Amino acid sequence: MELLANLSLGFDTALTLQNLLYCFVGVLIGTLIGVLPGIGPVATIAMLLPVTFTLAPVSAMIMLAGIYYGAQYGGSTSAILINLPGEITSVATTLDGHAMAKQGRAGVALATAAIGSFVAGTISTFLLAAFAPPLAELALKFGPHEYFALMVLGLVASVVLAHGSLLRAVGMILLGLLLGLIGADVNSGAQRFTFGVPELADGVGFVVAAMGMFGLGEIARNLENEATRTRLVGRVTSLMPTREDFRRMVGPILRGTFIGSALGILPGNGAVLGSFTSYSVEKKLSKTPEQFGKGMIEGVAAPESANNAGAQTSFIPMLTLGIPSTPVMALMIGALIIQGIQPGPTVVTNQPALFWGIIVSMWIGNVFLLILNLPLIGMWVRLIMVPYHLLYPAILVFCAIGVYSLSNSTFDVHLMALFGVLGYVFAKLECEPAPMLLGFLLGPMMEEYLRRAMTISRGDATTFLTRPLSATMLAMAVIAMVIVLLPAIRKTREVAFQEEG
Amino acid sequence: MTIRNPKDFWSGLLFLFVGGAAVLLAQKYPLGTAFKMGPGYFPTALGGLLAVVGLFAVLRSFIRPGTAIESFHWRLLSIVTGSTVLFGLLMRGAGLSVAVPVLVVATAAASVYFRWRTALVLAVGLTALSAVLFVKGLGLPIPLIGPWFGG
Repeated sequence: MELLANLSLGFDTALTLQNLLYCFVGVLIGTLIGVLPGIGPVATIAMLLPVTFTLAPVSAMIMLAGIYYGAQYGGSTSAILINLPGEITSVATTLDGHAMAKQGRAGVALATAAIGSFVAGTISTFLLAAFAPPLAELALKFGPHEYFALMVLGLVASVVLAHGSLLRAVGMILLGLLLGLIGADVNSGAQRFTFGVPELADGVGFVVAAMGMFGLGEIARNLENEATRTRLVGRVTSLMPTREDFRRMVGPILRGTFIGSALGILPGNGAVLGSFTSYSVEKKLSKTPEQFGKGMIEGVAAPESANNAGAQTSFIPMLTLGIPSTPVMALMIGALIIQGIQPGPTVVTNQPALFWGIIVSMWIGNVFLLILNLPLIGMWVRLIMVPYHLLYPAILVFCAIGVYSLSNSTFDVHLMALFGVLGYVFAKLECEPAPMLLGFLLGPMMEEYLRRAMTISRGDATTFLTRPLSATMLAMAVIAMVIVLLPAIRKTREVAFQEEG
Repeated sequence: MTIRNPKDFWSGLLFLFVGGAAVLLAQKYPLGTAFKMGPGYFPTALGGLLAVVGLFAVLRSFIRPGTAIESFHWRLLSIVTGSTVLFGLLMRGAGLSVAVPVLVVATAAASVYFRWRTALVLAVGLTALSAVLFVKGLGLPIPLIGPWFGG
């Protein structure tokens, strides 16, 4: 019954005219950037951070959250229609979605994606409401040992979930942790790795690094294949799936939702892995696996449900532990801190209207998205036709003004350009940027918790193993690492990631 | 000895270099003890680990084969980053109404579909949009015309 009372508080918050408006604006922007390949939620949310300063905390979070899960809806549209995933979480959708479009069933594929996303969004909203409060309660018992162990577990999970080489992902995390240490040390005030540059005393801004790597670096990479970008095939005719289609999509949607929800909680990019995993699961379960890639409706329903579910459950660690599990969540934490709210286990009890308002707004946002994506699909189809050479200068202008306005600093703009070069080089070397940004965020926090833990236990590192919670988390980290290093598992993992190619 | 996995080799070399440099630079800061860690403790540990990972990747690149690195398009990358640098240099002094159009035209030149006419129209449109959105709408303290032009 407490849950009902909480949800009703959430509805009271989310249903105010103002918050409905920001929810709508959020999912609208989310769909827009989701549909447009070459611009993702990280860069968009980073650009919009200055806008949120002027809003109430709840409205700001509702809007930013809407951008994130809205992008998962929009990403499927370009994946199906032009075989180009709007977001990386929609890569799996291109395989069967685009095949369906070629057969003249683009409308059905789009409808399947939207219905799957909606069902997944609804179920995962309830999962979030049910699991977040108990987790927050558990987290109140956490001391520095537990937080440190949790971060180790998180970083290990992000390595396990990263694409490609495990070793390079570990390297990227360590590199990120080091980058995070740039600036004044909190305890001693010592200037570390600043090379005498006064602007670096406060450290490298996360938004600056994220926009450089995800904004600039991506633009340079997209321009490489500008001439070969595919154009729209076929027209969107009937949206309505047949009775047979409905029968076939039920199972994949439910399985996709649960796989996506479970993997979404994990750090790294759970939503990406969720979409691939659920795709592989459907292929394994199918009686006709050879038909996958040739327009199976299951191959659209499962990954699209999984990515939307994962996007929503990734809020769990952020809202309950105050720990970012993805770069997007890091930006959300940044937005909350600017509003004077320290994310962590106390948010549920101290800011119930904020907490439950965000959760309920996600369900409302999903209703908006269903309307935006089905009846209004024609609008988005026209948008996909906007050529990239008109689009990327606009993206760059927004990145540049966004970064400059953070602190009216020329230095930040130049630093963003440097991170753009880094992002480009790392992409060529197939080093994933997401683990690096995660390490970057956690670096200072990890050092702080490690110091406190070691001081409490008088320099005795074994206390990490004698405290049950931290020992459990460290053991899980070791097990996860061992499992992916087992030859048999490593092969399956490599195969799973190859299917995206 | 031939490099069989260039991606491992070059990323390993990069990690080795950064890790090693971090360890060396961190020696300037007090190390402290495990009980009371100084500012040099954590960076030394991280840098050391990174160097080990890098070394391992370099060694592995001679044994385990991998795919070749895609070619770098330096022209594209330098146009995109160069025009951003230019924007940074112009913003404070010349203001938004100069920095934005310069950025748009300079970066549009990277496209194979570049046409002067389109680029100029786009520049005017985006300058107007960002002036309305950021300066008028959001009230960000950005000069439309900078001090160089008496703004």
